[in-house]
Amino acid sequence: MTAIGWIHIILYCAIIAALAKPLGWYMTRVFNGERTFLSPILRPVEAGIYWIGGVDDRREQHWLTYTVAMLLFHVGGALIIYALMRLQAVLPFNPAGQSAVAEDLSFNTAISFITNTNWQNYGGESTLSYLVQMLGLTHQNFLSAATGIALAVALIRGFSRSSMRTIGNFWVDVTRCTLYVLMPICVVYTLFLVWQGIPQTLGAYVDATTLEGAKQTIAVGPVASQVAIKILGTNGGGFFNANAAHPFENPTALSNFVQMISIFALGAALTNVFGRMVGNQKQGWAILGVMGVLFIAGVAVTYWAEANGTTALHALGLTGGNMEGKEVRFGIVASSLFAVITTSASCGAVNAMHDSFTALGGMIPLINIQLGEIIVGGVGAGLYGMLIFVVISIFVAGLMVGRTPEYVGKKIEAREVKMAMLAILVLPLMYLGWTAVAVVYPPAVASMANAGPHGFTEVLYAYTSQTGNNGSAFAGLTGNTFFYNLTGAVAMFVGRFFMIVPAMAMAGSLAGKKSIPPSAGTLPTTGGLFVGLVVGVVLIIGGLTFFPALALGPIVEQLASNAGTLF
Amino acid sequence: MLREIRTAIIVLALLALITGLAYPLAMTAIAGAIFPKQAAGSLIERDGKVVGSTLIGQEFQDDKYFHGRPSATTAPDPADSTKTVPAPYNAANSGGSNLGPTSKALNDRVKEDVDKLKAENPSAAVPIDLVTTSASGLDPDISPEGALFQVPRVARVRNMPEDRVRALVTENTKGRVAGLLGEPRVNVLALNLALDAASK
Repeated sequence: MTAIGWIHIILYCAIIAALAKPLGWYMTRVFNGERTFLSPILRPVEAGIYWIGGVDDRREQHWLTYTVAMLLFHVGGALIIYALMRLQAVLPFNPAGQSAVAEDLSFNTAISFITNTNWQNYGGESTLSYLVQMLGLTHQNFLSAATGIALAVALIRGFSRSSMRTIGNFWVDVTRCTLYVLMPICVVYTLFLVWQGIPQTLGAYVDATTLEGAKQTIAVGPVASQVAIKILGTNGGGFFNANAAHPFENPTALSNFVQMISIFALGAALTNVFGRMVGNQKQGWAILGVMGVLFIAGVAVTYWAEANGTTALHALGLTGGNMEGKEVRFGIVASSLFAVITTSASCGAVNAMHDSFTALGGMIPLINIQLGEIIVGGVGAGLYGMLIFVVISIFVAGLMVGRTPEYVGKKIEAREVKMAMLAILVLPLMYLGWTAVAVVYPPAVASMANAGPHGFTEVLYAYTSQTGNNGSAFAGLTGNTFFYNLTGAVAMFVGRFFMIVPAMAMAGSLAGKKSIPPSAGTLPTTGGLFVGLVVGVVLIIGGLTFFPALALGPIVEQLASNAGTLF
Repeated sequence: MLREIRTAIIVLALLALITGLAYPLAMTAIAGAIFPKQAAGSLIERDGKVVGSTLIGQEFQDDKYFHGRPSATTAPDPADSTKTVPAPYNAANSGGSNLGPTSKALNDRVKEDVDKLKAENPSAAVPIDLVTTSASGLDPDISPEGALFQVPRVARVRNMPEDRVRALVTENTKGRVAGLLGEPRVNVLALNLALDAASK
């Protein structure tokens, strides 16, 4: 670990905190339907969409209608991706002549992109045409992100409203988020990325003759426009197989730093939106504080572990940390930081191969996802995930003092706690359950690339990542098999929608409640005590759930690694 | 319900056209106009032929060139398309080794490379980037230590003074962005092109 490394990390955190307020201000205006500086250009487009689609933008929806609209939207998105992948051979924008993608891989990818997971069983440059990348993947990168944000805003409305039946209009929220928030940022962002060196072309792959006379085929494509939204929308599905480690997806240390910022930017800003909408920005800062504590702890462990390297490397006289699966232009610190960020958010883009991290260094990304990606989290998904933990924490605190718990003026009662518990229990059921199945099913075991405890971690990581809609991988695992494509799709689907539906039900029931003013007996939810309480609850619930599985994987592997044991 | 389905189809179709076609195609046109070189892939031409991309590493085995990092990329086996064979620096199929910290295969590979490098230059410590594969398999860079380590070999084969070669390495070394971000590095292809130009 170096001083420059730590300055790099602290600078990063400072920028995220500084961006939360202005972005939160802007997003609050967008979701309250107010005018913004972009309205003169975008309002006609927005109004046109409502007019053709028959949407009345002044009419709000009950939580059930809102949720059904969201589900219909996703079914359509999945069908578009599936159809494009199956038909890509006969469609335009396919200069590399990619053939139709198999049914199970198309299915897995379709579910993967509508759930904001972007799990890569596909190989990008070796599998997909430019049309699929643009009309299939880039488009769902936008819409799954917009949906996540819309849902978070709907839940915030649940907290901020008093005695109301509605929580907003799904079509309006998604359209406004896409047009006013995601699109303008992406246009500027794409140009920045191209300037840094990311290709943006519809031309065919380039054949080069290397200095030694060999032929090298260089894959290019409309990369920058997809990378911009992949990162900003915390989607993470790469244009190329190697994702953000590929020099064409992340060419410089500067592009890397900006990508890291944009992974957290919108998610962190949503905590500020929350504060503004419930009428006290400190409520938002407290939540961001909880996230910050967990984040810094994770960064410290991973950075330390990677900078330290392994006993096996030391035995060969090699120093300078663990560089296997890392790029020289990023080095140890930017690779460790990126890994923790991408798994704290539900991004899943990777600029280094997590599979080759040291056991402890790779355990932190795994834990981050298992905690439910509540540390900033996926755009939207992180906030509603965190609010679910907040509800549980408030409930625990209420039990301790024997009072009905309340949060930002709303009584937290049986229905909310049941919904929160449902969301929290379903995730481990998926990732622990499928891992248990996979490790006793011989064809699934055959997919492991590494022997010993590391192989187990690969499988656990795969289901954790898919359930958590993260999309990063211990990529040695051969995931493109019938078993993994299918079970993974189930995990992604359940992980997304069994989180969303309870969250929306909670939003509906909260919106219907009266707001009550705080009294002397109300637990203040803006201070250090509250932050400590939530951090504690997150760690206890998380620890109880997945610690046994970690003991079988990364923990035992670290002990073996220290002893110099190889598998 | 039918009304909702109709709305879903129309809004989805319109947003798909905006985000999936209008946006990437417009960006392709604009980026191509402002940054034509980068948009096409930062290609390098020598004597009118494309020799590679600044950003994409390529394989160097000849002793007269500086070598890049080991690469774990693969290609489909020509004999059996369900299998893959090693194909270092395959820029149409990026990827890493994905070998874990307790992998025997990884340890054997690193040890073999360390022994080879020690035989080549016993006087310096082996830099770790020269014996580890990158995440993409296409890393265009090596560390300055990794380049300096190879100077004696390159100078000997090319019959150039070591100082001259070392100066080329220094010229091609790039520092951290703003003195803070990333790591110091040497672009292998750029260095080798400079080397070829210098020994003409």
